[in-house]
Formats: sequence, C-alpha cells, structure tokens
Amino acid sequence: MSVPSVTRAPAATPGTPVRPQRTARTRRRVLGLVALLVLVVVACAASVAIGTRPLGLGTVWTALTDRSLRTEEAVIIWDLRVPRTALGLMVGASLGVAGALMQGHTRNPLGDPGLLGVTAGASFAVVLAIALLGVTTPSGYVWFAFAGALAGTVAVYVLGAAGRGGATPVTLALAGSTLSALLYALVRAVLVSDTDSLDAFRFWVVGALAGRGADIAWQVLPFIVAGLVLALLNAPALDLLGMGEDVARGLGQRVWLARTVGLVAITLLAGAATAACGPIAFLGLVVPHAVRTFTGPAHRWLVPCSALAGAVLLLTADVVGRVIARPGEVQVGIVLALLGGPFFIALVRRRKTTTL
Amino acid sequence: MTTSTPAAPPLTAPTSDGRVRLAAEGLRLAYDDRVVVDGLDLTLTDGSFTAIVGPNGCGKSTLLRALGRLMRPAAGQVLLDGRAIQKTPTRDVARVLGLLPQTPIAPAGLTVADLVTRGRHPHQSWLRQWSAEDEAVVAEALTWTDMTDLADRPVDELSGGQRQRAWISMALAQGTDLILLDEPTTYLDLSHQIDVLELVARLHAERGRTVVVVLHDLNLAARYAHRLVAMRDGVLVASGTPHEVLTEQLLADVFDLEARVVPDPVAGTPMVVPVRRLHR
Repeated sequence: MSVPSVTRAPAATPGTPVRPQRTARTRRRVLGLVALLVLVVVACAASVAIGTRPLGLGTVWTALTDRSLRTEEAVIIWDLRVPRTALGLMVGASLGVAGALMQGHTRNPLGDPGLLGVTAGASFAVVLAIALLGVTTPSGYVWFAFAGALAGTVAVYVLGAAGRGGATPVTLALAGSTLSALLYALVRAVLVSDTDSLDAFRFWVVGALAGRGADIAWQVLPFIVAGLVLALLNAPALDLLGMGEDVARGLGQRVWLARTVGLVAITLLAGAATAACGPIAFLGLVVPHAVRTFTGPAHRWLVPCSALAGAVLLLTADVVGRVIARPGEVQVGIVLALLGGPFFIALVRRRKTTTL
Repeated sequence: MTTSTPAAPPLTAPTSDGRVRLAAEGLRLAYDDRVVVDGLDLTLTDGSFTAIVGPNGCGKSTLLRALGRLMRPAAGQVLLDGRAIQKTPTRDVARVLGLLPQTPIAPAGLTVADLVTRGRHPHQSWLRQWSAEDEAVVAEALTWTDMTDLADRPVDELSGGQRQRAWISMALAQGTDLILLDEPTTYLDLSHQIDVLELVARLHAERGRTVVVVLHDLNLAARYAHRLVAMRDGVLVASGTPHEVLTEQLLADVFDLEARVVPDPVAGTPMVVPVRRLHR
C-alpha cells in the first residue's frame, strides 16, 4: 500500500470532531446555498422592476405592500410582472431539479429532462390541439401539453421496460430518443401541411414566460410542488444509485422504488414546466453541472440548490430578454440557448467533464 | 461534538458456533432461458472464510449475486439465518449482509469519507438520522483500513489498491456479520492483491466477519480462505479445505489443467504449478 502506516491520527478516534477539510466543504455548500437564496431575491426583484416600462424599486415596494393602490404601475406589477415572476421561479426550479434527477438516474452527464420524451409528447399534444381543435391560447394549451408529457413518459417507460432486463436508465434513454424523434417528425408533418397551426405553434415552441397569466401559474403549481417534494425524498436514494444498482441494493435501497419515485418526479416537473412555458432547452442540462461545482455529488445538496439555481437562471434570462430588444422582447427560451451555450463551454473547460 | 465516547458498535470478535448463516437450497439461476447454475446446495457457517473458485463463466459470480439477493433464483432459495432472503426486507438484509461487486464505481468527486459514510445507510431512516455512533463507526472503519489520511481525497483519484481499501472500509462501516466480495483483486498488481486479501483476512480474523469471496487466483485462494468451493458449468464440484479441494485430479476436472500441486513454501497451503492445458 502506498499509504504510510503512520501512528493512528488522533482525529480518527471515535467521538472526536470531524476533520477540517470536511468542515471547509460544508462551509462552501452553505455559502453556495446562501448566495443562491440572495440571488433568487435579487432576480425576483429585477423581474418585477425591469421590463418594457422600468419601475423604480420604491414604486415596486409601495405597490407590493399596499394592495389598495390601483395605479397603472400597481396594475402592471400585480397583473403582469408578479405572475410572470412566480411562474419563472416555479418553472426554473422545476427544470433545474428535473435535470439533476435525470442526470442522477441515468448517470449520464448529458442527461436532460427532455430525454424521457416529456418535451416531445407535450409538443405533439399541443400541435394536435392547435391543428384539430383550434386551441390558440397558452391557458388552453396547458392541459394538452401536460397530458402529452405524461403520455410521452408512459410510452417511453413501456418501451424501455419491454426488453429482457426491464426498464434501465439506458433502455429508457434509448426509448426516449426514439420516441422523441418519431413525435417530432409527426409534429413537423402537421406543421408542414397547416400554416395556421405553424403560426400558433411557433410561439409556443420557443419557450416563453411572456403572456402567461396567474391562471397558468395556479394550474401547474400543485404538480410542481408534488414533483419537488418527491425529488427531495428521492435525493438520498440517488446518492446510493450513484454507486451502481448492486451497491445500492447491497446497502438496503429498494431500487425499483427509487426509480419509480424519480421517474414520477421528473415527469411532474418537466411536464408542468413544459406545459406552462413550452419547451425550454438547456436549463435542465446546465444547472446541475454548475451547482455540482460547490455541492459535489451529494444529492441532498444538489437537488435543492439546483432548484434555486434554475429559478435564478430562468428569471435572469427572462429579464435579459426584456432588456436587449426594447421595446420588444426576446423569448426566454432563445435567451437561455444563447447564454447557456458559452456558459456550458466555459464550465466544461474549467474542470474535467464530470463523469457520473 | 460530544466528547463522551459512544458505546462501541458490535464489531468485536465473534463466537463461531458453526451455526449456518447463509444457505443455498436447490438453487437454479438463469438469465432468461440460459441456465447458469442448476440444483446447487451450499451452506456457509458463522465465522467461516470461503473462497469460490472455478473457470471463467462457471457461474461463481452469478452464485455470489444470488447469495447477496441481487439476483432472484429461477428455482430454489437462499436462506439468510433461516429466512428466505428474497422475502426479507432488503434493509434488514443490509444490516446483516454486506457485499462488494466487482470493480464498483464511485461518482466523480465523492470523497473516501463520504463513501464510507454511505455504508451507514441501512442503519438510518427518516426517524433515525446521522448519530454519534455512525460517526464513530465511520472514523473507526477509516482508521482500521488505514484510510484516515486519504479520507478527504476523491475516490476516483485514488490508485486501484487504495480504491479497493476505501470500498472495504465502506463494507466494514456497514457493520454486517457477513461480507460477500466479488473478485476484489481484479486489475490489481500482485502486491496490492496481497494487500487487499490481508485486509479481508483481518476482517475475518479480527472482526469475526463471515467472508465469502470469489477469487481467480487459486494459490491466493488456498492461502487465505479456510474453505474452497470449486464450480464448473454451474455445478458445485468440490467443497472443503484447500488441501482437500486443490488436488491434481480436481484441477484437471474443473480447469482442464495439468498441474503439480506442491506445498506453498511460505504458508504450507497447496500451491498450483501449471504444466499445460488439457484439451478435451
């Protein structure tokens, strides 16, 4: 052994305090968590204050604290900006957590919530709703998108479980890619043959917070809350599954239970997010990688921090989108792809690519 | 942290009364239609140190997986302390039986201390979170395997031998009476193979663990294990002390190997000196 047989270090005697390096890491995690909490508050404030019509923080504060006020500013804040900010918080958190779960379950650093057919299923359902039923409002799409997301995941699960070994992360990812390719082909087939559908669909498919009212936020809220709770419950199991299914089972983890809880959580979170805002790429992929730089592989930290970081990133991208093209705005899905690309490259260059 | 030393966890030497801890009864193991092990009976007594040997593809790793309830038998059953292992809650099993698969993988950035900490999982629940006893067991496991100095190093940055020590440390922290290891010496050079097997032997001798290990190297198996189980084509061919099992006839029957068996000049255990492969 290359380990020198030193005399037993006093630090190792039972009952003595934990080692200094370990405290340092805990401090880094706590600092990261606190920083994220501060950033969430800042991003929320910016999202309420900044827009086509910039409002001072004082105006924002007065309008938020005094509900009796019915000035024009107060109406903008309460009817437009607050619902939009709330939705951004929820959707960003959902996608961040869904990404962390997906990467954890597939042990694939390129794991993305879209991998399970959620996005493709939602897209297909929305395009059908537009083409066949003439639905054209975001609040009209929500249930179709959600139903499509669920159907997509169930189909992927059935396909993935059909093989000899049952559903494994690999067969699920394969089934997800296959089904996504098929569904997107069908989406395109509908769009090519129907110009009106194309027009309505293209605004949904870029992914946006704009034009989504409080009603949509309320509709998806229960699913997102349920998904976040399940994700937190799933975190300890993910730590064990990270060492392989055999070790996890050897340590007393019921693997099928952990997989099922994870799958349901991913479907709820990614499905609700996609239903509310349309497909938003990249966030679920990037956020867990960024968070892992200070949490390490421990999912008890990774999952909650991914929720906060996802919310921060989505809100920031949304605010940037409102500022860069005044008086118009750029949809958050586009901004995220533009911001996310270079960010991801920087991340990959900074540290060796994380193998999970 | 509390300064009072918590009660020592049950790591003390055992009373090996020859009681059967783990047993396979009429075990048939199959991957789909391909039967790998058929009609196998095996008993493992308390405090024993058993090595399962056999040629590649003889089903020894599959047998170990079934003994560790990682694989559901097509027929027959595995009994842990007299209870059908597949019907026992997996967490209850995990408090009595620990296992190390062949070349397990740790996620990037996971430190040795974290890995060993995860060994305490079967003893925790939502009601019973991390305790001073868990902390003490982990610290003790790190010390005992000489890993304290490497505790804060990521497992994926360690050498092969150190990594295997870290995993054994985790298995020790799990605090189980039985430990199953699948080829713990794979990919290690000879000195690290010895190092790992010495550690496993100490688990048995000092910690009273009942050890079952799948091994490729017959000479090392004969030196460290007290009982050898030889398998071929999914059938248990021989079982007994190394002297009883490692005979020239058995090497011909099980391994298609013509060999001399001489006493190991160091340990006195049987040592295989191959002559040539028998073709039949």
